Amino acid sequence: MAFNYDKYLRLEKMPTLWCWGCGDGVILKATIRAIEKMGWEQNDICVVSGIGCSGRFSSYVDFNTVHTTHGRTVAYATGIKLANPDKHVICVAGDGDALAIGGNHTIHACRRNIDINFIVINNFIYGLTNSQTSPTTPQGFWTVSQKAGNIDPTFNASNLAIASGASFVGRETMLDPKKLERLLIKGFEHKGFSFLEVLSNCHINLGRKNKMASAMDNLNWIDSITVSKSKFDKMTEEERVNLLPTGVLHHDTEAREYCEMYEEIKAVHQGKRAKITQDDFAKKI
Amino acid sequence: MATREIISTGNELSAIAAVDAGCEFFGGYPLTPSSEVMHVISDLLPAANGAAIQMEDEIAGICCVIGASMTGVRALTATSGPGVSLKAENLGLAQMAEVPLVLVNVMRGGPSTGLPTRVSQGDVLQAKNPSHGDYKSITLCAGTLAECYTEVVRAFNLADRFMQPVIVLTDETLGHMHGKAMLPTLEEVKEGIVLRKQFDGAPEDYFPYQCEHDEPAVLNSMFKGYRYHFTGLHHDKNGFPTEEIETCRKLIQRLEDKVELHRDELELNEEFMCDDLEENDVLIIAYGSVSLAAKEAIRDLRKQGIKAGLFRPITLWPSPAERIKHYTDKIKNVICVELNIAQYTAEVERVSGRIGSIEGLYKVNGRPIAPNEIVEKVKEVF
Repeated sequence: MAFNYDKYLRLEKMPTLWCWGCGDGVILKATIRAIEKMGWEQNDICVVSGIGCSGRFSSYVDFNTVHTTHGRTVAYATGIKLANPDKHVICVAGDGDALAIGGNHTIHACRRNIDINFIVINNFIYGLTNSQTSPTTPQGFWTVSQKAGNIDPTFNASNLAIASGASFVGRETMLDPKKLERLLIKGFEHKGFSFLEVLSNCHINLGRKNKMASAMDNLNWIDSITVSKSKFDKMTEEERVNLLPTGVLHHDTEAREYCEMYEEIKAVHQGKRAKITQDDFAKKI
Repeated sequence: MATREIISTGNELSAIAAVDAGCEFFGGYPLTPSSEVMHVISDLLPAANGAAIQMEDEIAGICCVIGASMTGVRALTATSGPGVSLKAENLGLAQMAEVPLVLVNVMRGGPSTGLPTRVSQGDVLQAKNPSHGDYKSITLCAGTLAECYTEVVRAFNLADRFMQPVIVLTDETLGHMHGKAMLPTLEEVKEGIVLRKQFDGAPEDYFPYQCEHDEPAVLNSMFKGYRYHFTGLHHDKNGFPTEEIETCRKLIQRLEDKVELHRDELELNEEFMCDDLEENDVLIIAYGSVSLAAKEAIRDLRKQGIKAGLFRPITLWPSPAERIKHYTDKIKNVICVELNIAQYTAEVERVSGRIGSIEGLYKVNGRPIAPNEIVEKVKEVF
């Protein structure tokens, strides 16, 4: 039987403002299916988004929803989660939102390892505002702010998250919604910060001026730059050039979650345990 | 009225006040001369089962506070002028989405990095309009050690009443002043707590932003079964983005009117030795720590045969327009004393209509104003 999304959608807000053929809808549906499989109550979920096309994600889903300022998604979510550790918090942001204006919040949320699920929709461009360079726009691409060709080096978003201390990092594309759903479930199940990078298309504002004006051309390009982690791991350094691995890229089950650790702070101040020292941590520096 | 005596600093009293007022969440970033508020509350909140977090920057500090408050808990942030500059955009979101919070600004010399460890009142106009767009700020200003406590308590109650940020201005002098403060008892504080309104009908009948033209939104605590939407965009009765012309106009007008038409609930002034003032006497207008010097100066002036009194607004914004005009109509010799260049004088001139006929004593070198400086200035200009 086909999955019924109606329970989780604000149907009166349809159609979305996303362009025909945009990957954001595929990601929204995969997120809903993952939530259903987790068995979470709608009332116990908060979806937080920022600014950009991805920012509208929160208004379409029937949960407690927050549409914040540009880049600040995980900072708002940190307050929501720390004040309500038993609730489920999902953040959605784009590459500009999460990696440019919100880059500082992203790396520190990763480092803090608070139990937030951060879905970063990476379409390699500022889509909503018409094609400006983002931190993931490939060098040599046309953007409206670098019409001569983009010279800015790119972030590898997932590698950034791993280096920043996120305890769960995964990357998928919207080309395979089932795989994406499975990755989201793994991220949601993980207790700690889950960084979930989803490569998506923007044939309108990335593709049109970069020789992939149809959604399919844009998706074929995404397909051409991705390979599963298991294959990637077996490749030589030369073969790995210009490829992004997909799947679960990093999973640290030992790292302690922030809200749980904060309970220890409370215990210290309530006289229930001795002060926290380095002996409480395996990692000393 | 029962009181309790505490020997403490202004910053510590602000932190204690927040917890006594039922604050359960603090988010902030170190910033001189406000940091002690965070130092103290990061001990007090976990002891009271709340949470305090030092975030990666000032912006994140206010964002997590707004996030926590959206879920229904009372939340505080503390900073100084540079931090308010950074928090400004998100203060705007809290105004737009009607999320209550309290921001304590322990003022230091500006602009920019300015004089980090020295006193100033340079953020008075910033407090009026920290963010872009139209909205009506509520700003309280502590003038004594005890008010570093009582104004924070009042701020929490006003934030929940008006569903918006409330700024409490203190300054480096008060924040780091150590002395005796006579405070209301904890019981009295608890009895005075007025929490934000909650809708208790069926979820399908709940419209958080559908309210009277001069009343704030009714925002139920999150995770309680009333699922709605927060946004910084213009929004409809359910909180969803809209560009519908009348809805947009009404929303912004309501943000103005919910404060403007209820100024009586906000106004608080001290009138010190004003009762016997006549036309040719002297009225000093001062607020914050400067008022301590002004009172001393008034006693000295009276000993020297010059009848003077102090009008001190404790709620700076919205300003006590009628009360100021009452005095400026009656008394010829009016002087504003400020640790900035005429920031509140401009407001006094505006509400009194006495453009150019209000004297001023202004100091912007990071040092407090001494009583004798006020005495000399009064004798010089009047």
